[in-house]
Amino acid sequence: MSDALIRLNAVSVTRSGQSVLDNIQLSVSPGEIVTLIGPNGAGKTTLVRAVLGLLKPDSGEVWRKPKLRVGYMPQKLHVDATLPLSVLRFLRLVPGVDRETALAALVEVGAEKVIDSPLQGISGGEMQRVLLARALLREPELLVLDEPVQGVDVAGQAELYALITQLRDRHQCGVLMVSHDLHLVMSTTDQVVCLNRHVCCSGHPEQVSNDPAFVELFGQNAPSLAIYHHHHDHAHDLHGEVCQPAPAPDHAHPHNHTHDHGDSCKHG
Amino acid sequence: MADFLLYALLAGLALAVVAGPLGSFVVWRRMAYFGDTLSHAALLGVALGFLLDISPTIAVTVGCLLLAILLVTLQQRQPLASDTLLGILAPSTLSLGLVVLSFMRDVRIDLMGYLFGDLLAISPTDLAWILGGSAAVLVLICALWRPLLAITVHEELATVEGLPVATLRMTLMLLIAVVIAVAMKIVGVLLITSLLIIPAAAAQRHARSPEQMALGASVIGILAVCGGLALSWFKDTPAGPSIVVSAAALFLLSFVLPKR
Repeated sequence: MSDALIRLNAVSVTRSGQSVLDNIQLSVSPGEIVTLIGPNGAGKTTLVRAVLGLLKPDSGEVWRKPKLRVGYMPQKLHVDATLPLSVLRFLRLVPGVDRETALAALVEVGAEKVIDSPLQGISGGEMQRVLLARALLREPELLVLDEPVQGVDVAGQAELYALITQLRDRHQCGVLMVSHDLHLVMSTTDQVVCLNRHVCCSGHPEQVSNDPAFVELFGQNAPSLAIYHHHHDHAHDLHGEVCQPAPAPDHAHPHNHTHDHGDSCKHG
Repeated sequence: MADFLLYALLAGLALAVVAGPLGSFVVWRRMAYFGDTLSHAALLGVALGFLLDISPTIAVTVGCLLLAILLVTLQQRQPLASDTLLGILAPSTLSLGLVVLSFMRDVRIDLMGYLFGDLLAISPTDLAWILGGSAAVLVLICALWRPLLAITVHEELATVEGLPVATLRMTLMLLIAVVIAVAMKIVGVLLITSLLIIPAAAAQRHARSPEQMALGASVIGILAVCGGLALSWFKDTPAGPSIVVSAAALFLLSFVLPKR
């Protein structure tokens, strides 16, 4: 792909002798939403830091389009309580931003109400929107979002993901985001990269959710996927599929066959 | 007005003005203990200045800078927490300074003056150093205000947005080192950080923007210098501690005043 915004080639990162990322291939094109998913400790944030240039990989290559404008939304923002900073003043830390442009960015993310509030006094959901507005003020070609819905309730999460898709459509920027929320992400993303120190599998959401490597990695979480991908249900015995890492329909647990409620899998 | 009192007032006011914005950064970035360590190391700088026969102001500035670099290097190379490192470096450098001074029997210095300041003994040359140093720091901090604020809010965000974060952080340490070298004559190595922190902390409660807090801290610093010098003049108290006491009184007052 010659039109990629970033391209990672065989990137490996080692920390204290432990391999954190191994032989990662990744690229993001304009207008494409790429989602990184994976369990805790899978190296998602490390990969994001390598993409952003905050961390130099031990081997491999991180290529960025020359003069790429990146809008970054960090996982969380902790501002010391002693620093009196309003949302407006926070947004104006981006050079060349006045009240008008800051307000326009806040309207775009639906957080115009908080423009004059102190940064420490707004809710988690508002904070995520303000951080998104700050990333947009850079007029980014690539948006990098590290767990953009952290600390937001379920309804708000769906709303935020819808907003991210809208912003992609409007600005035609590439989006790289990290997420835990499998089922919400599936419907809003173009490409899923399933990460567990190495790329387990990647591709379109439908492909990935059928991939044995993915099922193995997200065995316990798979029910939420199944709800959204019914064709997936038809192909297998649902309970055998979601309870066991390997697709083995006739497993030893006899009570698996007697239960027909999806939730029981978590206890069984 | 007596000349020495005028010099003292001018020196104190120059320091108060520059300590406002710089002290605000010390408070926001939680560098109070860092400033304290640098000021303890200043005495070592004084001793080395005598040993190498160079101006104490330059020796202290260079000494503080070397310590800042040593600290940053140590932080990256080994697992001890920053406060442990600072707790090792502060008393060690202060003690080393005292030991080195004791070896130089032919040098007679006023140790109390370096520890607690000797504002009323400021010479025109000292005043020139203080005014020049304060002006340079003030110009730099105004020029770098927005980038410094950006790295204080979120260093990684600032890095992604293209700011030279490591250079800016080092510059801030350099500015603190210069102010400590300059302020040593005024309040002494043991009291310097109070002049950075107390006015900023007093201004914090009533400020609505970073700029208001910095300006407010400067104004409170100016009031503290005037109050301290007045106390010293009328009641014959030591000038440096008197300034710190009046700053502390203003800090307490900021709690009594209703928040806007």
